[in-house]
Amino acid sequence: MEPLAREIADRTLDTSGTFCPVPIIETAKAVRAMAPGERLLLVGTDPGIESDIEAWCRSTKNALERLWREGKSIRALVRKAPPA
Amino acid sequence: MAAYGIGMISGGLDSTLATRLLQEQGVRIKAINFYTGFCITETQRRLGGRQRDGKVPRNEALRMGGDLGVEVELVDLSESGYLDIVANPRYGYGKNANPCIDCRIFMMARAREILEREGADFVYTGEVLGQRPKSQRRDALGLIEKQSGLAGRLLRPLSAKLLPPTIPEIEGKLDREKLLAISGRSRKAQMELAERLGVVDYPQPAGGCCFLTDESFGRKFHDLLDHRELRKIEKDEIVLLATGRHFRLAPKVKLVVGRTEGENVILERYADETRWRLETPDQLGPLALVEGEPDYEQRLLASRIVARYGQGREQAEVVVAWRRGEDEDQLAVAPLAEEQTLDELRV
Ligand code: SF4
Repeated sequence: MEPLAREIADRTLDTSGTFCPVPIIETAKAVRAMAPGERLLLVGTDPGIESDIEAWCRSTKNALERLWREGKSIRALVRKAPPA
Repeated sequence: MAAYGIGMISGGLDSTLATRLLQEQGVRIKAINFYTGFCITETQRRLGGRQRDGKVPRNEALRMGGDLGVEVELVDLSESGYLDIVANPRYGYGKNANPCIDCRIFMMARAREILEREGADFVYTGEVLGQRPKSQRRDALGLIEKQSGLAGRLLRPLSAKLLPPTIPEIEGKLDREKLLAISGRSRKAQMELAERLGVVDYPQPAGGCCFLTDESFGRKFHDLLDHRELRKIEKDEIVLLATGRHFRLAPKVKLVVGRTEGENVILERYADETRWRLETPDQLGPLALVEGEPDYEQRLLASRIVARYGQGREQAEVVVAWRRGEDEDQLAVAPLAEEQTLDELRV
């Protein structure tokens, strides 16, 4: 899963070691700078990232394409939505 | 065109209801949630979960945004002048270390910037008149509105009919008749409204995400600032204040002892060249830090306290290892047994 996710991601954001809400603040910043349709691979260690990224994507209409764990690391693949 | 509102939301019941009420009027909404650095959820996550049940707490603002289909922007205040107002609030503190009036003014001034950036019509909150002792009294609400530069543009949908009409109400962009007149501390009206609007998922009890309102944190916070020449606190110190047992050994010497494995991990991160790192190498025990320049007596005392919280607490003597940068030392001490001494030193 990881090599593929890395391959298709346009950008990777590693937030390991930071905790709620910093990973989502950083995610929002990164996605803002990306073009619609591009993908962000979010990596983090905050155990709450799973619920946060899921809610944030619902709230912003960005697509959460994948969410998975690799050991203690949580990963999410987010695709930026087209403009509203 | 639909009115456009910026909601200052926590994800608690009141801000959820305020948002739903406005959605019913067809208002376009963007929600904002402030990160101050004093958020309890952050520390609980750092520790791997809540102490009481081990669960990882949700970010309720994000959850609410997801449930209501409202975009939530998390606004980081922790890097700006926020810490200065927390250390030196113009309108004083509430019961603990919470400078709620100054804090609300600061947040609303930031909300005003976002209102201008977004070209929105108004800012709203879930505040209810008279619900909280200090910051939600009528005079406080007015003061906050004026000081933040939001006069006429700050709407409290749940109490709106008890307050002067705002500009979007006067302009007819909002229907005042559909806003409410809730006041006071009872939650009955909100419960009924939640049922009517089908709001079922909200945190119980409401709010409680801010360390500044926590009694134990408040004591540590005031102790820290009261022993400083300059009333100033750094962002990095907040987590340390929220971690471990704190003992004031002298005006400029403080001991912090980890209570759990998770806290020991956090304290380890603070064991830099400015702090002594203490541990009991021969037994399982806490990690502890000493700030300042302790003299010999204070070192003995700190060592005895650390020994007391380790597995060697029943032994006649325990070795406590000290390290700061290149400096190392070891002291063999009797674990402190006197509760009274401990209580006197505890912050
Ligand atoms: S409880 Fe905390 S975040 Fe809320 S207004 Fe008071 S100081 Fe600010």
